[in-house]
Order: sequence, then C-alpha cells, then structure tokens
Amino acid sequence: MNSAFAVPAVALVVVATVLVGAFGLRISRTTSDFYVASRTVGPRLNAAAISGEYLSAASFLGIAGLVLVQGPDMLWYPVGYTAGYLVLLLFVAAPLRRSGAYTLPDFAEARLGSQSSRRLAGAFVVGVGWLYLLPQLQGAGLTLTVLTGAPDSLGGLIVAVVVTAIVAAGGMRSITFVQAFQYWLKLTALLVPALFLVLAWQGDGAPRDAFGEPATFRDQRVVRVDDTLDLRLDRPLTVTVDGRVDGRPHRDAVLRLPVGTHHIERGTRLTFAEGTAVPVAERGSNGGMSTSLAAGREERPLYATYGLILATFLGTMGLPHVVVRFYTSPHGVAARRTTVAVLALIGAFYLLPPVYGALGRLYAPELALSGDADAAVLLLPDRVIGGLGGDLLGALVAGGAFAAFLSTASGLTMAVAGVLTQDVLPTRGVRHFRLGTGLAMAVPLAASPLVGGLPVADAVGLAFAVSASSFCPLLVLGIWWRRLTPPGAAAGMLVGGGSAFAAVAATMAGFPGTGGLHALLAWPALWSVPLGFLTMILVSLATPGRVPAGTAAILARFHLPEELRTEELRAAEAKA
Amino acid sequence: MSGFLAGVCIAILPFVAAGFWLGRRTARPENLGGLGTPVEHATFETLHTASLAAPPLRAGLTEETARRSARRLRTLLGTDALCLTDETRVLVWDGVGSHHRAEIMERLAGPLESGRGEAFRLTCEHADCPVRWAVLAPLTVDDRVHGVLVACAPRESAVLVRAAGEVARWVSVQLELADLDQSRTKLIEAEIKALRAQISPHFVFNSLAVIASFVRTDPERARELLLEFADFTRYSFRRHGDFTTLADELHAIDHYLALVRARFGDRLAVTLQIAPEVLPVALPFLCLQPLVENAVKHGLEGKADQCHIQITAQDAGAEALVVIEDDGAGMDPVALRRILAGEVSPSGGIGLSNVDDRLRQVYGDDYGLVIETALGAGMKITARLPKYQPGVHSAARLTGGQGRAAS
Repeated sequence: MNSAFAVPAVALVVVATVLVGAFGLRISRTTSDFYVASRTVGPRLNAAAISGEYLSAASFLGIAGLVLVQGPDMLWYPVGYTAGYLVLLLFVAAPLRRSGAYTLPDFAEARLGSQSSRRLAGAFVVGVGWLYLLPQLQGAGLTLTVLTGAPDSLGGLIVAVVVTAIVAAGGMRSITFVQAFQYWLKLTALLVPALFLVLAWQGDGAPRDAFGEPATFRDQRVVRVDDTLDLRLDRPLTVTVDGRVDGRPHRDAVLRLPVGTHHIERGTRLTFAEGTAVPVAERGSNGGMSTSLAAGREERPLYATYGLILATFLGTMGLPHVVVRFYTSPHGVAARRTTVAVLALIGAFYLLPPVYGALGRLYAPELALSGDADAAVLLLPDRVIGGLGGDLLGALVAGGAFAAFLSTASGLTMAVAGVLTQDVLPTRGVRHFRLGTGLAMAVPLAASPLVGGLPVADAVGLAFAVSASSFCPLLVLGIWWRRLTPPGAAAGMLVGGGSAFAAVAATMAGFPGTGGLHALLAWPALWSVPLGFLTMILVSLATPGRVPAGTAAILARFHLPEELRTEELRAAEAKA
Repeated sequence: MSGFLAGVCIAILPFVAAGFWLGRRTARPENLGGLGTPVEHATFETLHTASLAAPPLRAGLTEETARRSARRLRTLLGTDALCLTDETRVLVWDGVGSHHRAEIMERLAGPLESGRGEAFRLTCEHADCPVRWAVLAPLTVDDRVHGVLVACAPRESAVLVRAAGEVARWVSVQLELADLDQSRTKLIEAEIKALRAQISPHFVFNSLAVIASFVRTDPERARELLLEFADFTRYSFRRHGDFTTLADELHAIDHYLALVRARFGDRLAVTLQIAPEVLPVALPFLCLQPLVENAVKHGLEGKADQCHIQITAQDAGAEALVVIEDDGAGMDPVALRRILAGEVSPSGGIGLSNVDDRLRQVYGDDYGLVIETALGAGMKITARLPKYQPGVHSAARLTGGQGRAAS
C-alpha cells in the first residue's frame, strides 16, 4: 500500500481533531446573543457525537475482518452493537438522564446513596475502559504497520500519546462537535470507498460466491506467514513452499499436502495457484491466540452466538464513554430522541463493514492466513481498484480508521481519567486530572504488547461482556426495582462483573485452549449476566432493612417527566 | 506465554484492589509500629474506637446512625450487649439477650424523667441467659434527655456503671454537635432564603425608574422592558426547589442585562462563550446573577467609557467552569479577602461572599469562588460547578426562552 497518501491523511485527521476540539467552540459560540449562546445540544447533534464516540476500531476494522475469516455468522456483531441502543432506549436512556448522574459511579451514588457502591462502580468503569482501550491501541498499531511497515506497537504509541496530550491539555472542550465531526468522517471514509468497491465488483461480473463455498484464490497469490500456524486441510492442497512446513525446510518446492493438519513456521512463503480453496488456519501454540475465540465458536456455534448477542445487547448501556454523553441532553425526552437518532446513524454505518468483509473474502482471502484479517478494510481499495484511485481511497479509509481510534480512545480516556481523578487519586485539581489521564492510557498501553493477537472485534466483545454483567443489572434493577439495596448492588456487580472479568482474563491468558470450558470462558455473558442479576436480587431480598431511604422519591424523579415532577415529587417525599 | 502472563496479571488485579481496600478498611493505628507502653496502646485503641463511633452519631440519633455506631460503642465498653433507645423505642440492640427489649423499655421512664442513670437486675426465665444486669445511662442534649444508652452484663459491676456513664456523656457531646450542625444548616438555608427575598432592592427601584422614563417616549420599548422585568422577577421569586440549571440561570442573567443595558446603553458590552454541554448542569439558584451584577457594578464604576464583560462556561470533564470577567475598576485583594472572610460587610448588595458561602455549602470547601483582581486591573471570577453532586437536582425542565415566547 502506498504510504505517500495515507500518512498525510492520518496526520490530517489528527490535526483536524485537535483543531475542532480546541477551537470549534470559540468560532461558533462567541457572541453577545444569549439565545444563540445558550442553545442546548439538539438530539441529532448529540446522536452524531455519541455515534462518533461509539464507532471504534472494532466497528471500523474488526467486523470486516471477522466476516472475512468466518463468514456471515459474524453479522451478529453489527446487529448486536446496534441493538444495544434499542435496549438502552427502552429501559435506561430517559431515567438515566433524569437521575442527573454524569457517570456510572454518579448513578450508583444517586440511586443507592452509598459511597462504597460508588467506588465499586468506579472500579468497574476503569476495568471496562481499559479492556476497551486495548483493542483501540492494537488496531492503531495494525493500521500503521499495514500503511508503512512500522513496528507493531508504534501506531498504538502514537494514538496513546496524541490522545493523552489532547485530553490532558483540555483540548476536548467542544467534545460534542469533535465527536459529531468524527462520525461523519468515519461514515464518509467507509461509504465512498465502498461505493467504488461495489462498482468495481459490478465491473468484475459481480461474482456471488463469497459465502456460498470456501473462499478461493481468484489469481495466483503469494502469502507470507507472519505467525506460526497450523493448516487444517479437508482435501489435499498443492502449494509452492519457501520455508519450513511440518518441520522440514523447502525451497520453492511444489508440495502436495495430504488431508490433515500441517504445521507452518513463521516466515514461510506459500504460493497458491489460481482457483485453490483457501485453507482454514489455526494459530500455532506459541502464545498466539487470535483464533482461540473462533475455536470455541466453531465447537459450540449456538452457545457462542447467544453469548455474543447477550453481551452486545446488554453491554452498551454500561460503556462509560457513551453514558456521559447523555448528560448533554437537556431532559429525559431529549435523551430518548437522541437514542433513536443514534440507532439510525449507527444502523446506517453498520451496513458498510459487512460489505468490506464479503468483498475481502472474494478479493483478499489470504488475509485469513497471514493473521491480518483486521486489515481487510485498509487493503481492499488498493487490491480491487489499484492505481492512484486505489491509493487515494486507501488514504481516506486510513484516515477514517485513525478517526475511529482517536474518538473512542479519547472518550474512554476522559471517562477513565475522570473516575481515577475523582474516586481513586487522593486530592482534586487540574494537575491530578492530568495524572489520571496519563494513568488511564499507560495501563492499556503497557498491556497491549502482552495480549496482542486477539481480533479487535473479539477483544471489544469481551469488554462488552464485563459491562453487561456488572452495569446492566445495576442500571436495570436500579431504575426499575424498588427493593434494590446497596449490599445487593455491590454483591451483584462483584459476582457478575467479577466472574466475567475473570473469564475474560482466563481467555486472554489462553486457558484452557479448547473444549466446553473454553467456550464458557470465551463467551461469559450467557451465564455471568443472569448470575449478576440473580445475585443482586437475592442479596437485596436478604437485606430488606438496607433499602435506601427516599427510594420512592428517587424513583419518582427517574420516571416522571420533568414538567410534572415538582408536585409529584413533593408528594412522594412526604410519603417517604 | 506473554498472553498467559498478561492474563494472570489481569486476574490478580481485582484481588490486589480488594486487598488494598480491605487493608484500608481495617487499618489500625498500632500498625504504625511499636509505639509506647501497653497502657498507651490501650489508650490509643480506645481513642481510635471512639473516633470510629463518632461520625455516624454526628448525623443525630436515628435507627440508621444507632445501628452503625452500636458495635463500636460496645467494643468501647467491652460488654456483652449494648442498646440505644430514643424516648419511645429501642433503636438498636447489639450483642446477646435481645429478648430483654421490652423489659428495658418498661424501665426507661425513670431515666427519661430524672435525667439520672440507674442500674438494675434483669428478670429472666432463661436459666442460661447471658445477661443479668443492665445499666441505663441517659443521653442528654441541652439538659433534655433524648435517649438512653443501655449496657448489659452478666453481673453487677461498679466499673461498668461508671464506664457507661462516661460513654453516654461522650455520646451526648456528639449529639450536641449534631444539633449544632443542624442549626448551622438551618441558618444557611435561612440565609439562602434571605438572599432570594432581598434579591436586589436597588435593582428593582432602578429598573422601574428606567422603565418609567421610556413610557412616554418609547412605549413599545417600555413594554418590552416591563416583560423582561416580569421574567426576571418571576425567576427570582420562584419558590420551588433550591436549584436551577445553568441554562435557566443564564436566561435570568439575560433579562437582568437587558434592564441594565436600558439604563447604561452602549457603555456596557457583553460577550458570551458557552459550551452547550454544560447547559444542563444543576446549580444553586441565583448564584451566578450576583456575580454578573458585581461585574456590572465594578465595570461601570469610575469609568466614563465602555465596560466589557465576558461570560464563559466551559466543559471540563466532570465539572463546568464558569468565568465572569470585567475590565473595570477592580478591587484591592486585601479588602476583598476581608469581605469574603466576613470581617466587614460589603458596601452594597448581597455580593460575592454569600455566593461563595452557598457554593461551599453545597459542593464543599474545594468549590469556593476563585477571584483574581487588583486595583484598576478588572476582576475575574471563576466558579467550578460539578456536573453531579448528591442532592443537587434542578427542579424544573430546561426552558428555551420561555420569557420571550410569552411576550
């Protein structure tokens, strides 16, 4: 890929983000007219901001990569990522806004009136935030490697430094404008190349066998294996090998590999002839794990699919960077309208990544072998269109990808840094916010080389699972159930979220490699979410004396429209 | 392998956090090292237990606070059972023998009447009942008995009677402090009400005079101003809720400035830079308008030419940052400090110190006003408003210029 266009495009995105973030407010809002200056953020602008913040590397790169490798089963990812907002709309959006809470720990304190619940929620915000930041940095590293051949960790480092600098310097002052801008940028960066790609596909005779049968190479293709892997063959494969296969060195030798599993060392070059079916790869045993989740999925597809659905449907409401954006809505009804608009915007966006995935299966199937499937979106314009047009479109996609890393990472960093400053680090002040920002970014940056290799969409799925198991019970029961008590909420978060967290950690550590237990740990939401709910309900019922005073008034405030609530609230308070 | 290490690290993390939390919860002074003799140790221990029992009691004597302090008080006394009552019922029974509740309640009348403690033998049909004796010690606030501390023991003990009396006296002191806290809160509430009621007599007078001057020459303008005045007074005389939103407060400031502009014309220039993200922030009612009033006063004071006021509201993470700046006469920082400390009363109006007090009362001492000024150098006032604070909820829905719509 030609980096002469891509690198300036990425730089442009970074500079534009900084400028809009720092000066967007100043340009548009310095005025002497009160009615202009104090106009609240409308639902559509706020929805674009939420979407901009939400669409991360997982959406931009990861979904296409998974669809490329594993086929249409992976369409549950975009469905889940979108449908999460439906659940948010139905159960959480308006009451959460009316609660007056800015962050999730604020909500825990507002509802339960307990400092320890607040701290526990804060700990989970930090945990989910860090889990979510990891794949963003990884995606940035991958993008830069694909664009320039730079070492894997450099891209993550650049994003980490840029985001930390912007956030710590207070450069996200007009965050609504920045994030809305990022949404439209990301949509454009995927939509325009997708149109050209589809046209090229049409010009190519519109081949339709993308999902019908195993992907095949449409022309002779050389694949360099970057990570040692095992090839599992259902039928014999003829391939030209330069490197080590099954422990034996070969030099440009034509091999006919029989049915069975073959071990291919890293650095080996395989040349496939036209029309060869793309073999299925399993990651080797040397610590890689990008297919570890896939293995679980293959063994128990139904369980894995339901695990994914539950995690994404219920996890969205607990994402710290999404929740804080709802505060910008002036009232509960506006929060609901915003969520509807978010559904439309995100739904439109998620039509595009599967297109890339399907085209990638046709035109770049070897990515499944080289372990860089997440790069499919970046490579396709060059592969399908080529020439100057391909380079320009590739640059646009690269810019969009960086917008994805920047917006999500900055939102998450702000959320995590906010919690660290308020609830963890000792005293308050701007300096401490900077310290918190550094800490919020340093931990995932340090961890990212250790856990590299998980596909970004899967890694984000794990963050969703933890969020769904800890915050979903807290929010849903907190809003809809009168008898929730602080000990119940704390126990539910600890048991549900804690077990999901442990499962995620075990999966990341590659334990145990296969089997039923592996599937359970790789897709924890299906058991950890009910576990969280059940614990929260049972412990709350067991501690009826600890129902916070004034629960009736609090719930009345959550559920009554703002116009009504003054009188009603007084009545409820009098009753309590 | 590296993946495994990372997983192990991540898995250990919650346990480290939990251990840290537990450690902090259970930290005791003796962990600091071998300080002093056993007697001194015992003293430290006692003082520490007492200091742990104090915070809940500072909120007054209720079921909740009694429950939270009873265990500590029982440790302090070293008895098998401890009970706290108010005038009519048992608030909490910590320890064994809670079947004696009814009997204790029967004997309560004596100490409540006389304000003196007593000790008596408990009657019990259980042969193996662990408590045989009860000591009642009254809890008095301002010479009035508010409740009784009951300590139960297996046998009669003069030491226990003495100790229970001392602990009851200590608890009484805490309750008196709680009483003081309460009166302080009431005082500040009264102050807020006073501030609202006396919002600005000068301003009301001046506004009416200005409007009167327009009635003949420009009736349309006079009508508009009268409506602005009506909007402003409706806002400031609003009775429900102590809190408002930044958007509503800014609208009130707009009505206020319209009236001031009518008086001073082009001498007053105002620019605004407001981040839309912070408009829903809830804040104490009428706590920015006095700052603007102050800026107008200082800005126009002793200056013939134009005065410029800038109002900025920024989004800063979990806080909103409101800055009100004027380029007027400024103020001597020493004099200002004395006004804020309450040593001298400000010359006119309600001024800054009241706003400062109210912000500190609502958000804590970290959130007082920050004022930068010098003689002749203008004044810059910065207020930090947390986006969320327990108990702070704006009473009404954000209004989008309802005043104008009505006119």
